[in-house]
Amino acid sequence: MEAINYLNPTAQMILFSALKIGVVFGVVMTAVAYAVLVERKVSAWIQNRVGPNRTAPFFINYLPVIGPLLVRLGIFQPAADGLKFLLKEDFTPSYVRKVYFWLAPAITVIPALLTVAVIPFGSNLGSEKMVIADLNVGILYTFGIVSLGVYGIVLAGYGSNSKYPFLGSIRSTAQMISYEIAMGMSVIPIFILTESLNLSDIIRYQAENGWMILKQPLAFVIFLIASFAETNRLPFDLPESESELVGGYHTEYSSMKFALFFLGEYANMIASAAMMVTLFLGGWTLPFIDALNLPASSLLLGLIHIGVFFAKMAFFMIVFIWVRWMLPRFRYDQLMDLGWRRFIPLALANIVVTALVVALFNN
Amino acid sequence: MPQFTDLFFYALAGLTLLFGFLTVLNPLSRSPVTSAMFLVLTILCMAGLFVLLHAFFLAAVQILVYAGAVMVVFLFVIMLLDLKADQRRHFNKIAVGLGGLSALAIAGTLVASIVTTIPVSQTAGRLAEGETKALGRLLFESHILPFEILSVLLLVAMVGAILITKKDLR
Repeated sequence: MEAINYLNPTAQMILFSALKIGVVFGVVMTAVAYAVLVERKVSAWIQNRVGPNRTAPFFINYLPVIGPLLVRLGIFQPAADGLKFLLKEDFTPSYVRKVYFWLAPAITVIPALLTVAVIPFGSNLGSEKMVIADLNVGILYTFGIVSLGVYGIVLAGYGSNSKYPFLGSIRSTAQMISYEIAMGMSVIPIFILTESLNLSDIIRYQAENGWMILKQPLAFVIFLIASFAETNRLPFDLPESESELVGGYHTEYSSMKFALFFLGEYANMIASAAMMVTLFLGGWTLPFIDALNLPASSLLLGLIHIGVFFAKMAFFMIVFIWVRWMLPRFRYDQLMDLGWRRFIPLALANIVVTALVVALFNN
Repeated sequence: MPQFTDLFFYALAGLTLLFGFLTVLNPLSRSPVTSAMFLVLTILCMAGLFVLLHAFFLAAVQILVYAGAVMVVFLFVIMLLDLKADQRRHFNKIAVGLGGLSALAIAGTLVASIVTTIPVSQTAGRLAEGETKALGRLLFESHILPFEILSVLLLVAMVGAILITKKDLR
């Protein structure tokens, strides 16, 4: 560890950034795998089933008590699923537009993973800030990258060159653009209050003045519902609605390419959950206890902060999954109506009211 | 690190020009979707150039507005129109002439502004480092009138677009 001190600052920065990127990438990938497991388990409980409870590696019999318990919880299921995706035949239909057909899954996954870069997932470990890139325009970066995520789905529909994927991608384009507007407008009041676009500043403001969800409940509700539409999750999963479009934009995909769409969806869920925690639930802070509310002074506190962040994120992941199995799908015109005629006017009104209150009372 | 940034600049500038060229004249494909995708890549490279200038706000807005919203709508329309017949169509001579003319006009404006601009010193450039607040002040205090005129112009365009799509209003 001593050798690190002899490196120049640039080399240190590159080293630590690479380390953080590697760890965050690994954690997000693992979280995606286990989010799928949670999804299957929660859906099973909601529908009075058992869910995955068989998959077991050969050595598990040697572990008493804990082994069978892990198997019953399906802990090894994600590994088996991943292996299955890798080993299945990757079939490319003859009529597809090959370049776009190959590019689309990658374009879906990359933006989903890039969004995580600006999210402060903890205060600091030692002197190192727990955020990959502490950008001054953090939130705009996120919205920019999220808006690029549409291309994956659009190109999947176009590249597949058949009717169901095309319909799915057309729906998705319209849906994601519409809800991006509502989502972008819903967070403007937060900037009016915090006077910053930097996510670390927004967390600091919340630690000092109380969580944003209490000050901007309307903005939170709009953001939460819009993020369901942005991640193509039920009740807004019209781009892939099985009952009418077979599988929507990923109908023609198989094996690992299909898995990449899956991965993109869950990574998007994780990114939106992380955004909601950062913007509305105070990020890694917990109120009333000073040690948890201020940047960490010791290594242990730093780890606790990261744990707090992950606990809050897990809560939102559960909400995403829970809602999916409780609500029926919206009709397309209802979805558009909700986005354009309810949320956008509400978000605009929220901006005006917040700006007025700040202008009148904060001087 | 100056050479490092220079390297990035030349790489991004070269890619911008290359992708821009491929948008207009792609030897491999005449598909409008491919053109649109190359335009997206051009925009992304331009955002990269803004980042090199420490204009993070402009870079983010460039991606958010042009790559993320405008081009998606373009793609949407192109895919819905299904321009298969148009792919084999010959060049429209008037359109080519008008396009060349506007390209020349833009080039002239650019050259004129480059010639008349006084190079900013390094310290002045640093001030703009992600200063969204400074940009906001500039827009809403010293340049409020042009800003509002532009807003009204956009509003008019929006209302116009809605009017065109509403057939029963005529």
